[in-house]
Amino acid sequence: MIKTEMLHFAYPTGDEVLKGIDLEIEDSEFVAIMGENGAGKTTLIKHFNGLNKPTKGRVLIDGVDTRKRSVASISRDVGLVFQNPDHQLFCETVKEEVSFSLKNFGYDEATIERRTNSILETLDLSEYCDSSPFTLSGGERKRVALASVLVWNPKHVVLDEPTIGQDYLQKDRLRNFILQLVSQRKTVIMVTHDVEFVAECKPRVLLLSRGNVVADGPAHKILSDDGLANQCSLIRPQMSSLMSSLKDLGLAQDVIDVYTARSCLLEAFRKVR
Amino acid sequence: MSRSALVLEMTPRLAAIDVNNLTFTYLGSQKPSVANVTFSINRGQFVVLTGPSGCGKTSVCRCLNGLIPHFYSGELHGDVVVCGLDIRQCPTSELSKKVGFVFQNPENQLFSLSVERDVAFGPENLGLSRAETRERVEWALQVTGISSLRHRAPYEVSGGQQQRAAIAAVLAMKPEVMVLDEPTSFLDPRSAAEILKVVHSLNRQMGITIVLVEHRLDLASQYADRIIIMDAGKVILDGKPSEVYNERARLIGVGIPRITFLAQLLQKEGMPFPTIPVTVEEASSLLRRSLGS
Repeated sequence: MIKTEMLHFAYPTGDEVLKGIDLEIEDSEFVAIMGENGAGKTTLIKHFNGLNKPTKGRVLIDGVDTRKRSVASISRDVGLVFQNPDHQLFCETVKEEVSFSLKNFGYDEATIERRTNSILETLDLSEYCDSSPFTLSGGERKRVALASVLVWNPKHVVLDEPTIGQDYLQKDRLRNFILQLVSQRKTVIMVTHDVEFVAECKPRVLLLSRGNVVADGPAHKILSDDGLANQCSLIRPQMSSLMSSLKDLGLAQDVIDVYTARSCLLEAFRKVR
Repeated sequence: MSRSALVLEMTPRLAAIDVNNLTFTYLGSQKPSVANVTFSINRGQFVVLTGPSGCGKTSVCRCLNGLIPHFYSGELHGDVVVCGLDIRQCPTSELSKKVGFVFQNPENQLFSLSVERDVAFGPENLGLSRAETRERVEWALQVTGISSLRHRAPYEVSGGQQQRAAIAAVLAMKPEVMVLDEPTSFLDPRSAAEILKVVHSLNRQMGITIVLVEHRLDLASQYADRIIIMDAGKVILDGKPSEVYNERARLIGVGIPRITFLAQLLQKEGMPFPTIPVTVEEASSLLRRSLGS
């Protein structure tokens, strides 16, 4: 479990970015952290693997205070994938990059080979295994960064803006992959602005604004609330805007994804016909 | 329309961008990133260029301002003419007066200690007078809505404001064409929508030709005169949004706006859609007609 207790954090310049965050994320939960640029989302998740330490309050990973463990040790349990892959990639080939952590953790050759190939396959990167990560497109580099963390099989996976630069098919694959991780009892936490992606995954949504948690609940409740969306510089999913523009026809108002919208609208259509 | 007007209408001088049989292979790469691409964009058009990850859209953009072949080496075949300039002959310093380029991540573009200095950099390098530079900076800051941030350091302002500063810096060069490579990726949805509004106003009010590379078609479609969709280095669809958002586009990984996809699903179930909507407003009024008693 990931738990924060009255977590405050200020950068050395003195600006307080997190202002007393209390939250609990259970094992194998799937959570999206959303909010405006500068809300403190990335600052918050950097606490989960100990890169940031609270200025006040504390962060507990599986019951242990992050101040009492090294980042290297927490990282075995909490894999963090950065927003910008270029902050993370440095090897000559994709395969070296992805197998780097396993070598560091001292796995044997056969295991390294098997696990590396398997994750490259899953993320549709096998054809690039001998390419330099820097010759790949932005979306592909993003997947290499993801593979290089998932390969060591951390218990909690934290993703910062995983859908940036990904096309629709890649997002579909990513969504299936995340849901698969969740079904394997891994915790998945993602920071994202991608409301449509969240509308399709339907995780628990934690809404952050100016360093505070302003809402916490199921995606269809949070994302269909126009007031909350405005407060956090989000735009509701298109389905939610559509349904609220047709509110006077008696349609459901907590719809955020295309397939639910289709059922509601077809039902209404059959009634009037 | 008179005959001379018609001739004028059809003359190639109206084309802001002419790409003819373009093929480009990066140095050290086995297969071309762009393969036999041909298209022409008229002055004043707002074109969205999209396609799955790795389809070659960024490479096409790099040709439009001469980064290919002057900065990225490789094998280039075919012709690219932008505002009458052949990108092969013309150095990037000349092209940059005609074509402005806005990158995905404004951090890669801004480097000064104040927003104002960043915006002034281009005009100063053109050798413009102090007065003219000042005037252009004022104008660019105002058009992009960041006059009040002029003395702030770029790294102190929000991502959306940084991207506005990057656009202002390009705008101060008074380009005829602006190429924007996923300018909204790092922004929250509201800031993204605002940036696209700024780009739209540059197009409508100043007639700047826009080539916008964008995955977020739910936000960009309403402004596009035309959508060009690439896949595996080739142009595979080219037309109005409602014409190109079809099954083929969806299957290669184009993020068709959810609202358009919904209408297509409902149409299959027998609901009437005389036109296929690309915005929530359009869909709402079409549905109201079907559902109103």
